Amino acid sequence: MAIARLQVPSTVRAGEAVEVRVLVQHPMETGFRREADGRAVPMNVVHSLVCRLGAVEILRAEFGTGVSANPYLAFWIVPPASGELVVEWVDDAGAKGRVAAPIAVS
Amino acid sequence: MRAAALLLAAFAAAAFAQEAKRPSPLKPGPEFQSPDVRALQADDFANPGMLWVARGGELWRAPGANGKRCADCHGVDAVSMKGVSARHPRHDPSLGRLTDLSGRIDACRTRYQGGPALARESPDALALEAFVAHQSRGLPVKVSTEGPARAAFERGRALYFTRVGQLNLACTHCHDERWGRTLLAESISQGHATGWPAYRLEWQSLGSLHRRLRACFFGVRAQQPAAGSEDLLALELYLAGRAGGLAVEVPGVRR
Amino acid sequence: MSRRLFLQVAGGLVAGAALPAAAQANRILPVQDIAPLIEKITGGRPIDRRDVTVELPSLAENGNSVPLRIRVASPMSATDRVTDLHVFAERNPRPLIAAYHFGPAMARAQVDTRIRLAVEQRVFVIASLSGGRFLSGETHVVVTSAACIDEGI
Repeated sequence: MAIARLQVPSTVRAGEAVEVRVLVQHPMETGFRREADGRAVPMNVVHSLVCRLGAVEILRAEFGTGVSANPYLAFWIVPPASGELVVEWVDDAGAKGRVAAPIAVS
Repeated sequence: MRAAALLLAAFAAAAFAQEAKRPSPLKPGPEFQSPDVRALQADDFANPGMLWVARGGELWRAPGANGKRCADCHGVDAVSMKGVSARHPRHDPSLGRLTDLSGRIDACRTRYQGGPALARESPDALALEAFVAHQSRGLPVKVSTEGPARAAFERGRALYFTRVGQLNLACTHCHDERWGRTLLAESISQGHATGWPAYRLEWQSLGSLHRRLRACFFGVRAQQPAAGSEDLLALELYLAGRAGGLAVEVPGVRR
Repeated sequence: MSRRLFLQVAGGLVAGAALPAAAQANRILPVQDIAPLIEKITGGRPIDRRDVTVELPSLAENGNSVPLRIRVASPMSATDRVTDLHVFAERNPRPLIAAYHFGPAMARAQVDTRIRLAVEQRVFVIASLSGGRFLSGETHVVVTSAACIDEGI
């Protein structure tokens, strides 16, 4: 499975906004790049990424080939409750990835 | 005859004196990148090179072909790797030749983990190299250029000062004589390798110093020495000697 | 809805995999008319060109990875919030870059990411608000080394 990193504070005061940062290792092939023999490398990008806390969907993102390789995303949330923050994604070839971190809301 | 010998000696002395002072002040690579590239390198979370460091950490703890892990000999936390990258390339007595970090890791894999050779620039090779070199981050580069390494150091220096390619340029013309000036839209660096292996935006991947040096040869339209060749190892040793005292900053981020 | 938009863009606007190597950018990657794409998002409703800040460096050293921060001035309350962001680059071979859909726990209408830019161009962001309103913002970027066109060595 692809290496990915998720950063979020592990403890949060109720109502406090915190930053979530995600970094996924993925070449995000545009389909325009060519190998040494001239053949185009097929397009394959992480096209959907979802962040959830428990059952609550926080953010859903769709990426095209205009998103950089090793996609990075950062956003601010107010966690509604303690739980596991999960980020999942899928690419054009169907490969899935997942990274998670616990959040405790006090 | 004596006059000819004196002349030859004088010529040789002049050639070595051509070593040219190191750039002054010494400035590492990030100083020649744009502010957001510098900021990306400084951000330990967002620095894409850290993905390779993380993967390298996984490989460090994973069993090799014969079941042995790097961690079994060198410790799970890799503290024993502090300073190792800063001393490479070096003449490795157990291998009987000059070797860079990549070559040393490959030797360990094949000799002690029973594994197949790690191809240079393969994802696993880059990950391990990034992981091990990262343990030296902040430590000054300090390679030996004397004793068994002396010949390679001289070879590297000679190559550094040799004009190559259709553009007929030597490394010194850009990196000693014109560092800080603008080439196309870029600021010419002093050519220190302290950030390598580095994440290069142009490659959209982490890559090795040898890949970068080969790109330099391409840039002056010269034949590219092979990665891992004696020429590039010698050049790498010369660059490391020239960068002595600058801190390792792996994984670097470069344009 | 956005996913279909992405698939349409991937199939359509510029010739697929065969980008010519010569970087005569003005001919090869002209400014495209992204109005039809924007209309698929707004349904033709009016867009207020304010309150959306698109932060990009004015000069991107390498188009493969350009840091982008989008900020929308919004209270992000239950009744007045940003629900979606769509990012367009008018001269990229596929102008729709990304779309972000915000659930109720989003604290700020703000996203940080890194995008690819092929050539000097404008980048637009359309913000969809609760209540069916739309805001937009744009900025201009100069790119020295083009994503998608300039191959790495």
